[in-house]
Amino acid sequence: MSDENFDEEEEYTGGVIKKFMYVNRRAPYGSVYALESLEVVLVGAAFDQDVSVVFADDGVFQLKKGQDTSEVEMKNFSPTYRALEMYDVEKLYVEKESLEARGLTEEDLVVPVEVMTNSEIGKLMEQQDVVLSF
Amino acid sequence: MKFGILVNEGPYQHEAADTAYHFTKAALDKGHEIFRVFFYHDGVNNGTRLTSPPQDDRNITTRWTALAEEHDLDLVVCVAAAQRRGIVDAGEAKRNGKDADNIAPGFRISGLGQLIEAGIEADRLMVFGD
Repeated sequence: MSDENFDEEEEYTGGVIKKFMYVNRRAPYGSVYALESLEVVLVGAAFDQDVSVVFADDGVFQLKKGQDTSEVEMKNFSPTYRALEMYDVEKLYVEKESLEARGLTEEDLVVPVEVMTNSEIGKLMEQQDVVLSF
Repeated sequence: MKFGILVNEGPYQHEAADTAYHFTKAALDKGHEIFRVFFYHDGVNNGTRLTSPPQDDRNITTRWTALAEEHDLDLVVCVAAAQRRGIVDAGEAKRNGKDADNIAPGFRISGLGQLIEAGIEADRLMVFGD
């Protein structure tokens, strides 16, 4: 992950703290959505908001261990998820049903997450001020 | 109400690009405020002035430009997404050694912080895309 694009960001000093939820629903390399979502999360971290990141549907594959992108000429950005903690992005939720449907468990993921059911995530979503779905 | 608008899809490819425009126009017509329209992912392609659709089709880019002129809208194209897809203004063209720019009038290129700010400042951030 290049951080050259983050240098121009100014720290937000408005004092307002809102609940931001990022919902990742796509596989990591079939499109650029996953990578560009991660870029928003990283930039957004500088704004000191209350951030949650959800992984559901094929989005759970973004966190899968052992990604090897050498043959598809795309950057493996999965290590960046492990850096989210340093940006104080610590609320990572993975949808239970999506994991199970894909034969995955928490053990298969690159970061510690909280596994929640679809309806639990729905309730969490209702509490948000801003929901960005990618 | 104060709205932020996020356009995540490209023109002519996905109806979200049209719906975002129609929503924005309708909100303005009803007297609401648009804090900012932010173009991300393939949405940045809405901001090229080289768009030349057939004459009997809508021109999605000039439509935004006209709306921006009329209502003093802030149309922001994400710099990182734009660089990937070749949407450049004069400054970006110079910085990246390109021989041309293609940003449409009324649009400006800036960072993702502008999207987060829109989420903070607007009463509602409307996301257009899948």
